[in-house]
Amino acid sequence: MGVQYIYPEYEIVRNQERCIVCRVCERQCANEAHEYLKDSNKMVSDDAKCVNCHRCVALCPTRALKIVKSPHTFKENSNWSGKAINEIYKQAESGGVLLSSMGNPENYPVYFDKILLNASQVTNPSIDPLREPMETRVFLGAKPEKIERDEKGRLIRNLPPQIQLSMPIMFSAMSYGSISYNAHESLARAAAELGILYNTGEGGLHEDFYKYGKHTIVQVASGRFGVHKAYLNSGAAIEIKMGQGAKPGIGGHLPGEKIGRDISRTRMIPEGTDAISPAPHHDIYSIEDLRQLVYSLKEATNYEKPVIVKIAAVHNVAAIASGIARSGADMIAIDGFRGGTGAAPTRIRDHVGLPIELALASVDKRLRDEGIRNRVSIIVGGSIRSSADVVKAVALGADAVYIGTAALIALGCHLCRSCHTGKCNWGIATQREDLVKRLNPNIGYKRLVNLLTAWQHEIKEMMGGMGINSIEALKGNRLMLRGVGLNEKELEILGIKHAGE
Amino acid sequence: MVVNCQLKRVYVNEKWCLGCHLCEYYCAFASTGEKDMARALKDIRINPRIRVEERNGISFAVSCRHCTEPLCVKGCITGALSKSGGIITVDRNRCIGCYTCILSCPYGAVSPSEDGAIQKCELCIKTHEGTPRCVSGCPNGAIVFEERGE
Repeated sequence: MGVQYIYPEYEIVRNQERCIVCRVCERQCANEAHEYLKDSNKMVSDDAKCVNCHRCVALCPTRALKIVKSPHTFKENSNWSGKAINEIYKQAESGGVLLSSMGNPENYPVYFDKILLNASQVTNPSIDPLREPMETRVFLGAKPEKIERDEKGRLIRNLPPQIQLSMPIMFSAMSYGSISYNAHESLARAAAELGILYNTGEGGLHEDFYKYGKHTIVQVASGRFGVHKAYLNSGAAIEIKMGQGAKPGIGGHLPGEKIGRDISRTRMIPEGTDAISPAPHHDIYSIEDLRQLVYSLKEATNYEKPVIVKIAAVHNVAAIASGIARSGADMIAIDGFRGGTGAAPTRIRDHVGLPIELALASVDKRLRDEGIRNRVSIIVGGSIRSSADVVKAVALGADAVYIGTAALIALGCHLCRSCHTGKCNWGIATQREDLVKRLNPNIGYKRLVNLLTAWQHEIKEMMGGMGINSIEALKGNRLMLRGVGLNEKELEILGIKHAGE
Repeated sequence: MVVNCQLKRVYVNEKWCLGCHLCEYYCAFASTGEKDMARALKDIRINPRIRVEERNGISFAVSCRHCTEPLCVKGCITGALSKSGGIITVDRNRCIGCYTCILSCPYGAVSPSEDGAIQKCELCIKTHEGTPRCVSGCPNGAIVFEERGE
């Protein structure tokens, strides 16, 4: 083995007193970290193979296992962290770009955690959602400038196509390919039951899932995989993906080994070929070009489907959003730098982009200042972790949010951030048949429904506390927010006051 | 209790069976009457009443089907096996260990126990009430306890 520069990051701790040698850990670990020793009738583990996904821990019937961070350490150094040193070892060995999965884990500020919500006391009554009606339904899409009537005074129906959601939450784009068939089925069925939408991602739509069309956003991205007329017409809305929060400015690459028969059919590419999504759309180099694609898609769907343009939150996001609002798009989706991914270059994921809170506040303000806020709905994603984040995002001006990581966690994801290995032990980010079947959609969809049912109730309780009985009345209502520990500039961008003001 | 669950059976869907064998361990644990599984099964070779069959990547658990016309009950020479309330149970005091039931069960769901009497799934009615342990212990919903009619 020569020199081993990298010491395992985690240790598998087995309580031999509690281990009954049932071997479930061994059978369930796709990384083969556990082994049965026949001679001594004992289980042993190899720490170096552990990715800390907790599959063995969660299935161990006697709770004999736990994973701990290795106390092994380098000489203390505030500048050269163990992580930085190990990354150099890795690259010195491989000569390659470092790859990572899921959202940016680095220690940047989380503005949602520095914003507090208001509640009513004495002078305005709070509302109990269990006793009084409370509305969380939203309609997304461009809204007309004004109400128009014909000569007889009848209302002219000039409302562009809308989508209706029972609560301001949707499942964000995750392609069939990056996640498994069973994960997609769970999302689709949950969206249908909840009265919300899920998003195909750029991998096309599996023929089995056309029946969930009313609850589907179909995505058109730079690779244009799986795009055809029936696909565009199958969904409730079409999303043009210009960028992704986890990897702004970067395309995608689904390796050939993941392109099996089903995915090849769905993506309309040959089996075993790499699916490469270019960084840009090769036909979009300006807002005018974007407008052309927006209208091409509208034309192809008889102007019946709203079109979403999804971008990553980057430095001049407000100006870009203004352009998108003028391109004819009905909605803008903004993905913050904490957004998840199945695989991204580590340096891009960890160092490019903007916190979604700041991007959202500045886009909402810019569109209102320019008098074009009604032309688009704003959807934000990129680490919405709880119903409190949803409420804060809506108060900052969002019409709805996208959740991706939170949904996967509900399906069993333990954020081990190893999606790019294709060996997801929870059957989510994998195409290996024996692993995919570990996610039973009958259980998965129910867990998603449970999660969002709980969130919806929490949203109602928080709204009720503020004396608000309709989510529409909360939208952009920044007076309901106060910052804690934020400087003047941050408060100015967020458009909120400091706590105590 | 028996009246309520007499039509409920343990059904297995091989589509979701992961071959993890946890059902076998929960089954073995259920019959020990212990509170802690580690204490109950430490250093013990288990002899469960449900068994996972696996070959060529397909796996599923097999336990007593509680047949409408049970061959094991018909063949029992001492009347140790009987069916009441839809559940086939064994009276261990009457079993003489002739194993006619083991030979006649088409599912291989009857097996000898450590003390010579036969053992089989009795839907956990003798150890606790409610859902059988193999069902509640299955991590993927591959074993269910439900009423489907005969």
